[in-house]
Amino acid sequence: MFDYQFFIEVLVGGLLSGVMYSLVAIGFVLIYKTSGVLNFAQGAMILFAALTFVSLLERGVPFPLALLATLAVMVVLGIAVERFVLRPLVNQPPITLFMATLGLSYVIEGAAQLLWGAQVHGLDLGISDTPFDVAGVLISQFDLFAAAVAGALVALFALFFRYTRTGLAFRAVADDQFAALAVGLRLPRVWAAVWTAAGIVAVVAGLLWGARLGVQFSLSLIVLKALPVLVLGGFDSIAGAIVGGLLIGAIEKLAEVYVGPFFGGGIEAWAAYVVALGFLLVRPSGLFGQKLVERV
Amino acid sequence: MPAPSIRASRLTSNHIGIALLLGVAYGIVPFTGSEYLLDAILTPFLALALAAVGLNVLTGYAGQVSLGSAAFLAVGAYAAYNFNLRIPELPFLVSLLLAGLVAALVGLVFGLPSLRLRGFYLAVSTLAAQFFVQWALTKFGWFSNDNPSGVIDAPTLNIAGIPVSGAERRYVFSLTIVLIATFLTVRLLASQSGRNFIAVRDHEIAAKVIGVPLLRTKLLAFGISSFLIGIAGVLWAFAYLRTVEPAGFNLDRSFQILFIIIIGGLASIRGSFLGAAFIVVFPLLLSRVGAALLGNVFDSGVLEMSQRIVIGGLIIGLLIAEPRGLIALLDRFSIRVFRKPRHANQQPN
Repeated sequence: MFDYQFFIEVLVGGLLSGVMYSLVAIGFVLIYKTSGVLNFAQGAMILFAALTFVSLLERGVPFPLALLATLAVMVVLGIAVERFVLRPLVNQPPITLFMATLGLSYVIEGAAQLLWGAQVHGLDLGISDTPFDVAGVLISQFDLFAAAVAGALVALFALFFRYTRTGLAFRAVADDQFAALAVGLRLPRVWAAVWTAAGIVAVVAGLLWGARLGVQFSLSLIVLKALPVLVLGGFDSIAGAIVGGLLIGAIEKLAEVYVGPFFGGGIEAWAAYVVALGFLLVRPSGLFGQKLVERV
Repeated sequence: MPAPSIRASRLTSNHIGIALLLGVAYGIVPFTGSEYLLDAILTPFLALALAAVGLNVLTGYAGQVSLGSAAFLAVGAYAAYNFNLRIPELPFLVSLLLAGLVAALVGLVFGLPSLRLRGFYLAVSTLAAQFFVQWALTKFGWFSNDNPSGVIDAPTLNIAGIPVSGAERRYVFSLTIVLIATFLTVRLLASQSGRNFIAVRDHEIAAKVIGVPLLRTKLLAFGISSFLIGIAGVLWAFAYLRTVEPAGFNLDRSFQILFIIIIGGLASIRGSFLGAAFIVVFPLLLSRVGAALLGNVFDSGVLEMSQRIVIGGLIIGLLIAEPRGLIALLDRFSIRVFRKPRHANQQPN
């Protein structure tokens, strides 16, 4: 007999952890959309943000101040990346930029741990992780909180893109870089702004993931969880990042529970990739990605 | 861009240089090198250099970025182990070749997505190879002869009745394999297939228009690349470490090989060797220098972190200042030093 209640519990758990993946993926999408760079350093940025925040807290800095300081650090980092990595590499092929972000992720990871030490820090955001019962299905309170934060973040970004001048500039650059340049938008500024925005997303993701896993090196590896999400959703769609995250989260958990036993378990590490790949073979630009028109 | 020495039939300074290098590598190093130099520096250097040559075929020449090289190292290592264990009659050189072929086969399977995907999507899909192979080797005991954590102990090799034991013999064995494989690769790259790789890299659609068979070219690149990396994996496991576990072939190893070719020089065979030498020697130098400057503050943690920072920074710096890698810097330097000024504008490769 198929246990529906268990199925739903696994599904809900998967969807909620998918929200956490989306949170990471949004940072990627922001940067990819406006500068065409797949920023592998997003994970390192998350680690850096979380580590900075925790270390400040542990040194007795009050919560709001620590948060502000971390945000400020990420803003500086965003501007520095634009100035010292992106600007000299302008007009290079995307794959070169990707490799540069690989290097960048090494630099940031190294710097973060050299600065704050490599030990594991606990992070308590004051949200209890006790599950509660909804119609017989156990749901983690922390996961719900994370989902709410992700939802709020997406709503904020939607408003920001729709109603602010900077948001308009982001959209213009994402739409057509040359046209954006032609109407006088300053690309370096837009890129600095977008890396800053991605840094802020990294702070949010870092705090939530840090509270979940502990703040440690492995935080920077969640970029590997976000990549299949991006592949599935399309690299340039925030909606895709959300839907892709939910799908990957659900698929991963369901696969682990229902398919895993046939392989001796542990398939979580690659199941998402296989699903994303299989999907790609049918639709090469992902769920919501822009179709690329190839010209000779 | 293969070195011009291959095409030119007359004796050039390059030929003399290569002959000198070979003379030193075979005639002097095995007899005078300390065991530390041979075992901890030269043998891993050779294995990594071969892996870098393999990745360079795929990424540097054919333009397909792969983040899963370590998976093919692992496939090669474990395949050779199993051939050696399960068919003891097989001479080791045959196991070595078969291991390369198995790696090539796995490479073909994971290269299939390249027919529909390119750029980032393909890079991400090669990660699937990375995670899948590592998982399979840990999960299925058969691969490691039922070792609970997937560790394999490489037996001592016998080549034509001569045991390959001791640092010198392992070094000479690795050197020979790497040289043969590199020579064949250089020949391949100078052929039509090599030109097809470059055409696909530079402009896929244009390549298609002028009649380059995309499917065959891409799959050939994946196959050759994984074959070479697989052989490198055998050397890594049998000649260098001799005890390997799946966790040793993690994503960091894949990045290491990718970094070797970025630092050394994309689409340059000599660059692969230079990059590998850099990656092997640099941490040692850094730890010496760090310890001399900072004393006890410079522990292994600090070393690892500063190593990350320097390598990452170097990659960004090279991509900005000299995308053709250290080998281009070296070439420019040697032109300035050894040749007359009127040649100064010629690029050697």
